[in-house]
Amino acid sequence: MEVNNSKEIQKSTINPFGRRDFMKLVGSGIVVFFASESAVDTTVHAAQFRGMRGGATDFNDFLKIAEDGSVTVFTGKVELGQGNTTALAQMAADELGVALDSVTMIMGDTELCPWDMGTFGSMSIRVLGPQLRDAAAEAREILLVLASEKLNKPKSQLKIEEGVIYDEKDRTARVTYGQLAKGQKITRKLEGKAVTKPVSEFTVMGKSITRLDGIEKVTGKAKYTGDIRFPDLVYARVLRPPAHGATLKSVDTSEAEKMPGVTVVNQDGLVAALHADPETAGKAITAVKAEYDIPESDVDENTIFDHLLNNAPSPQQRDQKGDLAEGERISETIFEETYLNGYGAQAPIETHTACAAMDGDKMNVWISTQTPFTNQSEIARTLGMPSENVRVMPVLVGGGFGGKNSAPQAVEAARLAKITGKPVQVFYDREEEFFLTVYRPAAIVKIKSGIDSAGKITLWDYNVYFAGDRGSEQYYDVPNNMIRTYGSAMGGMMGGSRPHPFATGTWRAPGANINIFAKESHIDIMAAKCKMDPLEFRLQNTSDPRMRRVLEQAAERFGYTPAAAPSGRGIGFGCGIDAGTYIAEIAEIELRNGSINVKKIVAAQEMGICINPKGALMQVEGCIMMGLGYTLTEDISFKGGRIFTNNFHNYKMPRFSMMPEIDAFIVKNDDLAPQGGGEPGIVPVGAAVANALYDLAGIRVFQMPLTAERIKAAQA
Amino acid sequence: MKETIEFTLNGKSTSIDVEGDRTLLWVLRTDLRLTGTKFGCGKGLCGSCTVVINKKAVRSCRLPVREVSGKEVLTIEGLAQGDALHPLQKAFLEKGAVQCGFCTSGMLMNAYALLLENPSLTRDEIIKGMDNNICRCSAHTRIVQAIESVST
Repeated sequence: MEVNNSKEIQKSTINPFGRRDFMKLVGSGIVVFFASESAVDTTVHAAQFRGMRGGATDFNDFLKIAEDGSVTVFTGKVELGQGNTTALAQMAADELGVALDSVTMIMGDTELCPWDMGTFGSMSIRVLGPQLRDAAAEAREILLVLASEKLNKPKSQLKIEEGVIYDEKDRTARVTYGQLAKGQKITRKLEGKAVTKPVSEFTVMGKSITRLDGIEKVTGKAKYTGDIRFPDLVYARVLRPPAHGATLKSVDTSEAEKMPGVTVVNQDGLVAALHADPETAGKAITAVKAEYDIPESDVDENTIFDHLLNNAPSPQQRDQKGDLAEGERISETIFEETYLNGYGAQAPIETHTACAAMDGDKMNVWISTQTPFTNQSEIARTLGMPSENVRVMPVLVGGGFGGKNSAPQAVEAARLAKITGKPVQVFYDREEEFFLTVYRPAAIVKIKSGIDSAGKITLWDYNVYFAGDRGSEQYYDVPNNMIRTYGSAMGGMMGGSRPHPFATGTWRAPGANINIFAKESHIDIMAAKCKMDPLEFRLQNTSDPRMRRVLEQAAERFGYTPAAAPSGRGIGFGCGIDAGTYIAEIAEIELRNGSINVKKIVAAQEMGICINPKGALMQVEGCIMMGLGYTLTEDISFKGGRIFTNNFHNYKMPRFSMMPEIDAFIVKNDDLAPQGGGEPGIVPVGAAVANALYDLAGIRVFQMPLTAERIKAAQA
Repeated sequence: MKETIEFTLNGKSTSIDVEGDRTLLWVLRTDLRLTGTKFGCGKGLCGSCTVVINKKAVRSCRLPVREVSGKEVLTIEGLAQGDALHPLQKAFLEKGAVQCGFCTSGMLMNAYALLLENPSLTRDEIIKGMDNNICRCSAHTRIVQAIESVST
């Protein structure tokens, strides 16, 4: 095997960071660079950001074995609580043959880690993971070659155990990874030729590992953005408008300026009060008098759906199959329904926070973000600084759920740090968090479907407005199929005209929750019309083996006995595909004082090879519990750009008393590479509960959340 | 107007000169550099800022710091004995009750106070006692399991 030395590497195209002299950062030891698909994402957007960084187009992560034998993985992904740190470390450790605790993960540091588009879409394990395994396997091959030379033994005779390579015929002939890496300057771009371990040889992957960041989190030592301290740190509170779309007419900061120790900044639309104590800064900003022009609008949470339909752009089509007119002709019964879901907030417990501090001509920024590299570019652009002079530092993030793909507070903190010359922290209070988030868009799904006399689906004409098409893909066998997507889930973030009264964006499994709610409710409506058991109807209409397996195993685990709905039992199915993972859920509910109480949810998830079963189940269970929020209680109340929902008393999120018995399990499939785990579990919750309501009471509510008022209206 | 406030913090006598109407949360997080106690909502609605004062769980985001004069305050930083984790911390770790970790300090301190009052909590008592602590990662089932495992 050819081993590159550093001179050859300097001549090669690998050095992507130009002036930043990346190789100096990498230092000595053994390094394998690799790319995850997100790095070679070809969208204009991603290319732009890479271009700004003068950046790599061929890799975005690397793995290093240092001269002391320690293993470090550098990736631009971030830990949001989903546990990717632990699962990625397991993958590297197992392929390399080292103990898990000898792997260090350096994540989301824009100085040390190559560019990454962001942490979303359940991609860490399914997209980055396989590449990391390949890189680790390649590093293992390099080490074996070096060991073979050093020990003067044939490579085929060498074995690896916890970072030590030894001769299987003479265990005294041994050398550690550290000894092998000592004095080396080997850099290699992944060739993908090394063979990764088969599942049968896994020793770290496939094991339920307690999360690596757990101890610091239970002891209060974990550092989030708001925990970064400097002796002269000041907290900034920023003036916010009373409504989206409002423009500042006049501002009077004189009262705030009189407050002792308070600094007021009023520059290019950014009005902020700064003080060493955040509460004093808060009092100062409320002392600022501001007048606004507020555009009048009557659109509210009730009229928004008509408003959106009236302003829908022309659709994108996908999954066209057969002919809709023919489908209608051969259908015995036609079903047409409309499904709705209002706006939602991600509401992570850690509000948007950023801390910025100048260090000479460089700006260091800590950000609660899912997209550190995008933020780096935004800050550099706004401040007129070269990108390489802005460093986003690694921190833990207190939940994202899609809400931290946008981090305008980081630009504010950086501007204020530059203006004042002091380290500045900006954090949203809870009211700002609710007001400034990019909301999950209100959305509408219209479905026209048909079945023949045997209960086979003959027609599927699916139209989704403003949620995007995630989760809409067809997994039933329908000869005449069409999916049309009107408008994207994103609005406002990129500017331009949009029918939403405020910015909208991603919310855990964006679009998939309303799409699966609509689709799987509609499936049950057809099953009920045929007086067919909902599971039987699904199995009769899908030949997809992965979907059949999760449905059947969920039913078996639940102890399900077939019956057409409404059976009075209050049991409902929902299933879906998300991030390459198949999921089926069965909900059992009752009505308590007119409201739904979910008693039990069984979930069967098939996600290919499962790297950390405990971590994966924590995600499924969390998804189910969080899913009860969008299903039953979470809604944003507004009029025009004014938002009335502003804290946890009026945005009702799941809490302990809403907790059903949750029985989630992994359906084994070791023949498939690992798939996504952070989001799939949430997508069928709405449908399973809505279908259970129909099964219980013979009523259907077409708009989430399924509140007592809507249930009552449906009963009337 | 600054005043001197003396109290016991994580077992140590502490004296600070601060404006007495500032909240305990921000005095802990800024002046005292104990950042394990978190800001979540500022209105006592989520429980991320929960600390234990004279053996009762209290929302530190609503409490003027002068009210802790002469009292015993325990924060997340004082729950472990040196490197030895409290059984609740161990249980949270082992049961997988921690995801993003941002609500975790408040969850632990609230559960700790519940167990001080009643070491033999039933599942229903745990659910009722924890109901005003919010976890957005929604690790509820494992948080309950963790507390149950420590309850005698």
